[in-house]
Amino acid sequence: MKIGVLVKQVPGSEASLRIQPDQSWIDESTLEFEMNESDSYALEEALQICEKTGEGEVVAISMGPAVRTTKVLREALAKGAHRAIHIVEEMPYEIDPMLVGQIIKNAIAEEQFDLLLSGLQSNDLSQGQTGLLVGEMLGMNTATLIMETEIQDGSIRVKRELEGQWFQWITIPLPAVLTIQSGINQPRYPSLKGIMGAKKKEIKAVSKEDLLEDHSRLQSFGNIYIQKKDKRTEMIEGGSAEIVERLVEVFRNEIKVL
Amino acid sequence: MDILVFLEEQQGKIHRMSREAVVAAQQFAQDHGLKVSALILGDSDNVLSAEAADFGVDECIIAAHPLLDTYSADGFTTAFAQIIQTENPRYIFMGHSYMVRDFIPRVSARLHCPFIGDVIGVTDQDGSPAFIKQVFNAKMVTDVHPVENGPVLVSFQAATYPAEKLVSGSPARREVPINLAESDVRATSEEPFQEASGGVDLTAADLIISIGRGIGKQENIPVAEALAKKLNAELASSRPLVDAGWMPPQRQVGSSGQSVSPKLYFALGISGAIQHVIGMKGSKNVVAINKDPDAPIFEIADYGIVGDILELMPLLTEAIP
Ligand SMILES: Cc1cc2nc3c(=O)[nH]c(=O)nc-3n(C[C@H](O)[C@H](O)[C@H](O)COP(=O)(O)OP(=O)(O)OC[C@H]3O[C@@H](n4cnc5c(N)ncnc54)[C@H](O)[C@@H]3O)c2cc1C
Ligand SMILES: Nc1ncnc2c1ncn2[C@@H]1O[C@H](COP(=O)(O)O)[C@@H](O)[C@H]1O
Repeated sequence: MKIGVLVKQVPGSEASLRIQPDQSWIDESTLEFEMNESDSYALEEALQICEKTGEGEVVAISMGPAVRTTKVLREALAKGAHRAIHIVEEMPYEIDPMLVGQIIKNAIAEEQFDLLLSGLQSNDLSQGQTGLLVGEMLGMNTATLIMETEIQDGSIRVKRELEGQWFQWITIPLPAVLTIQSGINQPRYPSLKGIMGAKKKEIKAVSKEDLLEDHSRLQSFGNIYIQKKDKRTEMIEGGSAEIVERLVEVFRNEIKVL
Repeated sequence: MDILVFLEEQQGKIHRMSREAVVAAQQFAQDHGLKVSALILGDSDNVLSAEAADFGVDECIIAAHPLLDTYSADGFTTAFAQIIQTENPRYIFMGHSYMVRDFIPRVSARLHCPFIGDVIGVTDQDGSPAFIKQVFNAKMVTDVHPVENGPVLVSFQAATYPAEKLVSGSPARREVPINLAESDVRATSEEPFQEASGGVDLTAADLIISIGRGIGKQENIPVAEALAKKLNAELASSRPLVDAGWMPPQRQVGSSGQSVSPKLYFALGISGAIQHVIGMKGSKNVVAINKDPDAPIFEIADYGIVGDILELMPLLTEAIP
């Protein structure tokens, strides 16, 4: 089983984000980047499928700028991916999902993966479509919001999350693309041995420009800005003791739950 | 065709998010002098078309086909793409539901037309509409502009438009043929099911204390439990705590968890992502503590505290009589 995993680097969930003065993007200069949350579940699932079937290869693929992309790909290799493909891109980043999909498709077409896993959505752009675009472009079968997988002969049986706490199993023939929902497994931490071993594994670098066949964008972003709030919130301020005192008063006299 | 709205089925009815999309289309059509068509896929038993018979749209298109009576990504992608090719709508509106997430990106790739997903509003700049989309974990937004003049697929985030504002009318009914073969549908689907609830019913709770990733580590959960006990409240959580195995799935609030409407929803270390908010925005009072003053949860909170829950929880537990 040859499995590709799409992993994106996104600002850490604790990062405090500032918009650049020209409003074209956020200020990335002081940001730490990490592997997108659902992608780390996708990587773990790929590793487990490989371990279960006892054979195969996991290839991590990421498009982004040099330093942070290498960091995320090294992490994937340290966890057990066999090799990696780095699609090198510099600012301004491609935001049109169709072009992102096309670039990734061209980067991996010759790999002929049996299975391609992606996250459900990226936490920065949240397009929720990149993996499926690649799948459709490559003529693969697709399934989304996956919470469990079962490899069968020539096909894969997957548990899809539906709305309102419903689930459904479907079976699709391979090759297939799955978009993975968080919570499907418990992602591992890299071992010391893994971290050492990762240094020897291959990261193949390819340039984004060489993979772009059609430069016309179907959608573009305007400025990045913060939306005005319309709700009036009473902010309770002061030292801890004052805050607690006011909260008890609110519970007792205003919300009346004490 | 101007605007085509996709009416999706959910448990035998038109999905609430599809009704919201109809409202979006009605308002957009009014602002721009456009016509609205609605689309139903499948519906051999006419249940959805009967429900849509009083929607205030110009026409209701029904694409009935036995292979569309149950959803499959393959079948719906093929049918939807055929309809867009023959009808050539400028805008296709829908709710950002799980079904839409599952197959619309494939329609987009197949027809090479843009999909702008999960939008929270429409803006107009010099007569050319753009769609407002949240980026960077909903901390900011941007206006997304479709570049060319072909069809644009747009899905709206839940609760962007109120379904109750749907204007009624009497649409014309039109049936259209779909060319679909058994071999086009490659997936085999089993019956949908629900997992056991474990006897927890948060929907009936009056007081809910809900913890998020801000709790930091599993060892801190008893601190929240102690507060819940003192307040006589149920303990709930956001999804990441369930994903990590720290909280049971039955205690998750949100679009993939329970929907609750207590008298008090006390959110501790929860950022306020839309998938969480969907499940608790019906609460009578929301009190939130978060160390980040820009956390989106404060946008829907009645009372907000910028502070550290690990410090405040024990103090509050002590202060409550
Ligand atoms: C299809 C889909 C379905 C989903 N369904 C659900 C769902 O049903 N329910 C759900 O909850 N999510 C759901 N999610 C996930 C959702 O998008 C968010 O990722 C999730 O709600 C974030 O949880 P959180 O607020 O606990 O964590 P985070 O977003 O990481 O926020 C943690 C917050 O804690 C604050 N914090 C940290 N430390 C402290 C401290 N010491 N004191 C005070 N504050 C602190 C931080 O400032 C931050 O705001 C779904 C996502 C998808 C894509
Ligand atoms: N630049 C990228 N590099 C690698 N994978 C990506 C990239 N962008 C998106 N993906 C993958 O596609 C998924 C969905 O992203 P999106 O469509 O942006 O929400 C992510 O979770 C990743 O798995």
